[in-house]
Amino acid sequence: MTESAPSIATTAVAPSRHNIGHAGALPIIAIFLAAIVVPFIGNDYWVLIATRAAIYWILVSGLNLVVGFAGQLAIGYVSLLTLGAYTASVLVAGNATPPMHPFAALLAAVAVGAVAGVIVGLPALRLRTFYFAMTTLGFATIVTQIALAWQDVTGGGIGLPGPTLPAPFDTTDGLYGLCLGIAGTCSWLTMNVGHSRYGRSLVAIRDADVAAEAVGIVKSRLLVLIFILSGATAALAGGLFASLQTYITPDAFTFELSVLFFISILIGGRGSILGPLIGTIVLTLLPEFAAPLAAWSTFLYAALLLAVVLAAPGGIAALLDTKSRKPLQAGRSIDPRPEELRTLLPARPEPTQLVLKDLALSFGGVRAVNGAGLTVTSGQIHGLIGPNGSGKTTTLNIISGYYAQDAGTITLAGQPLPPGESTGRCRLGIARTFQTPRIVGEATVLDNVMMGATIAAKSGFVAALLSLPSSRRDEEAARERGLVALSAVGLATSLAGVRCDRLQHSELRFLEIARALMSEPAFLLLDEPAAGLSAEEIDRLAGLVTAISQRGVGVLLVEHHTDLIFDICQYVTVLNLGEVLAAGTCQEIRAHKEVVSAYLGS
Amino acid sequence: MLASILMSGLAVGAIYALIGVTYNTMFMTSRVMSFTAGQLGMVGGVLGSLFALRLGLPVPLALLATLLCVALIGVVTEFVAVRPVLKSLDQHLYVLSTLALATMIQHTVAVTWSTEPRPFPAVFGFAIAGIDEKFWLPVVTCLVVIIGLEMLYRRTLAGHAFRAIAEDNFAARALGLPERNLRIASYALAGGIGALAGFSGGLLLLAFVANGPLLNFYGFVPVALGGLGNNRGAIVGGFALGLFQQAMNFLVGGIFSSVAVFGLFILVLLLAPQGLFGAPVARRV
Repeated sequence: MTESAPSIATTAVAPSRHNIGHAGALPIIAIFLAAIVVPFIGNDYWVLIATRAAIYWILVSGLNLVVGFAGQLAIGYVSLLTLGAYTASVLVAGNATPPMHPFAALLAAVAVGAVAGVIVGLPALRLRTFYFAMTTLGFATIVTQIALAWQDVTGGGIGLPGPTLPAPFDTTDGLYGLCLGIAGTCSWLTMNVGHSRYGRSLVAIRDADVAAEAVGIVKSRLLVLIFILSGATAALAGGLFASLQTYITPDAFTFELSVLFFISILIGGRGSILGPLIGTIVLTLLPEFAAPLAAWSTFLYAALLLAVVLAAPGGIAALLDTKSRKPLQAGRSIDPRPEELRTLLPARPEPTQLVLKDLALSFGGVRAVNGAGLTVTSGQIHGLIGPNGSGKTTTLNIISGYYAQDAGTITLAGQPLPPGESTGRCRLGIARTFQTPRIVGEATVLDNVMMGATIAAKSGFVAALLSLPSSRRDEEAARERGLVALSAVGLATSLAGVRCDRLQHSELRFLEIARALMSEPAFLLLDEPAAGLSAEEIDRLAGLVTAISQRGVGVLLVEHHTDLIFDICQYVTVLNLGEVLAAGTCQEIRAHKEVVSAYLGS
Repeated sequence: MLASILMSGLAVGAIYALIGVTYNTMFMTSRVMSFTAGQLGMVGGVLGSLFALRLGLPVPLALLATLLCVALIGVVTEFVAVRPVLKSLDQHLYVLSTLALATMIQHTVAVTWSTEPRPFPAVFGFAIAGIDEKFWLPVVTCLVVIIGLEMLYRRTLAGHAFRAIAEDNFAARALGLPERNLRIASYALAGGIGALAGFSGGLLLLAFVANGPLLNFYGFVPVALGGLGNNRGAIVGGFALGLFQQAMNFLVGGIFSSVAVFGLFILVLLLAPQGLFGAPVARRV
């Protein structure tokens, strides 16, 4: 299970290496090159504005991972900017400790920001959207109030001087150079994260959290890492902001700044890095170009936000995405290539069993599952049928750990499965698809499939952040494997770079199977994979599922198309009202009187 | 000291409770939590001062004008920030659209009115049992609103329709209820309640633009504590919050009392994310 598949000659259909990550970097590099020129053509005032834009971007680049990628509505990030500014200023001034070197103070601010980022972010693990947004606003208020009250250290309402950096960073141009360098570094770091499996996982918990759990993405761990990173960049931005201002008071950190950061990201577009960068620059410059409207700048930001939300939810990134406007090839057919499964699913030496015994689960007064049991054997296809509401999907959800059963056990190869632990199932060798495909519409087809390789990766967050060779190897392996999986289930690899929400429904069903195969599952749970497919597509699905089982995978197939069930299953269990009505081979079930009268009809 | 904690605690508590009810009234028919709730209260205070003091209208007329204007803002909220995003409720776009509108309201008031607190007129101008009007008026208003809402919801046909939509939107529409009109009406009603909160609290909080975000947060705390859409929970939560806040004001001082309120808020939310009287979250799979 841990061995990643070697690339084999049959993957010759793979398109030319589209290095997704770094094609998008060119416009960003161009923007930074243009920024370098500013001191040579503009006056000090323009350098000042550009410095401010760079500092804002240092914060926004980190916050972008929280808001744009992970979809957490952290609207009060000015609290971390304030904290960073005060930490750096207080440490340099020596109000609480012996005076520190400015750079040591900036580093300390980064550390404080990383810790505070986790504190501000933690409620996101438990609270719903609006609630979390409110708590971040609360933090913003609290930090300012503490800065006001703690007069000995912060100077209260009078404030204190910001840190003066040593030469050569003590001039306007010098400080600009430093900020620009840090901003460039932050772009690079967040781009690395965004284009790694961490970026894919963040988008997955935003748009398809249930599927994310099934592929083994642990939301809490992921969010903590991102909050550390974004807290650190925000506090660093705060320290530099204090340097730029030369003197700080609590008044400098208004809620309007929070709005600016937040709106930059949304105007830029979710899940993009270039978009929010442009958004930050535009919003920083806007009041300069609209001088008579300066008093109304916050109103303009808000109006812009409203316009973006209502008229162009994709933001600038969607406007720049010309690729997604080209029509896709019409009349695409799904053509599975079972021979590719050999690469994807290495032969399994010893057969195992997934055994469900006496499962029971009630929702309020409804007994959804009432003592059901069945056994799935590797290499076989086990059909699970029954009328609507008979407990088929609930049984699948208990196996996947979305629900913990009230009674009964599930064992895999003799080992009991811990109830209700959905994120661990993938590592134990259980993969699944969903009744309604759960995919990330805004991500590419290949990215969606690569989501399934989450547990195969060996490199950690730091490796991804710095784009170390170990992380790049994981990425390359996942990409190759993803292309093989796509062609195995019959999707043309030319679709790999297409946004997923442009595919047809039937293609999404096969895409979910490809994603499930990425983790080399021992057992595969399919929840109505034939729903909405044409007769021809159902035939191809039958061939694909059979081929998967022949690679030693145990398949549990929930379906209403009984023709398909009786075509390919070795064994069938019939549920009715949460209980097993009958179980046996296809012939036995077809002849079973009660099944015929309750479900099949004569 | 205890008496003054009680007096001021119940008074601000009543205002917080009313803003909580404003949140709930909008939530009931649309499933949307709107950032404009606190702004409605703030505008209620500012318009009251504008009509009664700056334009010199008699107080009852000023109240009427304020109610109408703020109800209109409520309706505008529905048209601009709520209806367009209702079809994709799961994407939480309403958080952004209502935040944008709230910021626009706040900023308009800041630029066109003032960023400083302005005085607010007395409505009745007498004390009850030695209690100043600024303390008894919010409490009495809160009680009147609650009784009025209960009667509306239980005794009138429109009230039953509101509750039906809150209970099951699809079923209510299938019954032929004019869901869209009822939603607009509930936003107007929310505007009215918010206006009453600001107007009755005007003597205590003054006509001050910074009351917007303040009421937004302190009005949300009772909702979070009491459970979304639960008006009784919001009332109990509002008074409890007011008393706690004023007690902390006396014990540890103004600035740290907001830290204490925030700490308590986070703690309760983390322990009981549905609120103390709320219903559990629906199944996701």
